[in-house]
Amino acid sequence: MKRPPVAAELNLCLCHSCGLACDMTHEPHECERCGAPLHRRKTNSLMRTWAYMITALVFYIPANLLPVMNTQMVGDGADSTIMSGVLEFWEAGAWDIALIIFIASIAVPGIKFVALTLLVVNVQRESRWARKERSILYRFVEVIGYWSMLDVIVVALVASLVKFQALADIEPRPGILFFGLVVVFTMLAAMSFDPRLIWDAKRKDLQNEEVKDAVESH
Amino acid sequence: MATTDQLIICEHCDCVYEKVTLAKHQKTLCTRCGGVLQRYNGLTVEQRLALTFTALMLWIFANFYPVMSISLKGLKNSATLWDSVLALTQGPISFIAMVAAIAMIIAPFFQVMLLIWVLGYALKQQRAPGFKTCMRWLEALRPWSMLEVCLLGAMVAVIKLAGLLDVLPGIGLFALAALSLMMIRIAGRDIRELWDIL
Repeated sequence: MKRPPVAAELNLCLCHSCGLACDMTHEPHECERCGAPLHRRKTNSLMRTWAYMITALVFYIPANLLPVMNTQMVGDGADSTIMSGVLEFWEAGAWDIALIIFIASIAVPGIKFVALTLLVVNVQRESRWARKERSILYRFVEVIGYWSMLDVIVVALVASLVKFQALADIEPRPGILFFGLVVVFTMLAAMSFDPRLIWDAKRKDLQNEEVKDAVESH
Repeated sequence: MATTDQLIICEHCDCVYEKVTLAKHQKTLCTRCGGVLQRYNGLTVEQRLALTFTALMLWIFANFYPVMSISLKGLKNSATLWDSVLALTQGPISFIAMVAAIAMIIAPFFQVMLLIWVLGYALKQQRAPGFKTCMRWLEALRPWSMLEVCLLGAMVAVIKLAGLLDVLPGIGLFALAALSLMMIRIAGRDIRELWDIL
């Protein structure tokens, strides 16, 4: 199947803010319609994605090891981490809630790390493998992105409600800060990755095709 | 420049297409990467503005009424969204309180206000003062507005506490549910159509 023309061939550039196809003949730096800066590709996309992702990965460790909240019930105090919260629900028989929290807090960041690494590494290898599937994977990463904020909100609500001094008291603990930072940095990582890089024809390929054409014409 | 107005570029792979007029429930997909190019938008400016005012009302209810209240041995307590943000402002972790405040309260509020401003003028077929800035802020705010997550979080909190004590969902929770659905409808990407019609 013949593919439609790409923007570079028509000397166009997509404005990320308003969606206008901008004419790049005079190399404008801003979209003439909305004034947003124009880039043919996101600047330093791969480096930024790596940087944000490694930062998130570093925060991911304390996020899972440190307690996210402290429950005091009639004198008995207990710290709980994200995983212990999941297990508590699981053991109480509430497998559905346990599953929701597990997916949002542990699986989603994990999937994002694996998926983004896969995307970035394959772009760096200039791979042509499964490009459509990789595009779909990127859109999936974008969609699931912010659902990990779930635990931050649960802890905030629970901590603001249960304030009965000696009887019962729930307080947030530093783990939740690192957890929130993981979410913010994985979101930034996903935003700085440019999915169009997946499709960019590589110089190597172009040269190969030229060579092939030359061989065939002889 | 009249020629490029009718073109649409796939944001996922840079393929160029011509815009088409869509009928109800239709959308166009990129043939190369499968990304969505255009989606049918069934809202007129008037309808969108009306829904935005509804969203403003719901935002007020969601923020000024408690999301839920609990009782334990005769003691009662209730919390609004703002209370829950304040619960996170404890020494070193207050940075996360700021993130939560933006995601649950501030971003949705600015989205609604910007929409009212832009759509109010659009009703008169005019571009509002600062139209470009407003439209760019609407784009920038979208990923950081997390009402759906907030709603699910509130529901998980209800269930989490229900095991320990008596929990009563408040007006705030129902307003939050309606508001999060409303925001998906009014603050989505299709607001970009204003660029074409004004």
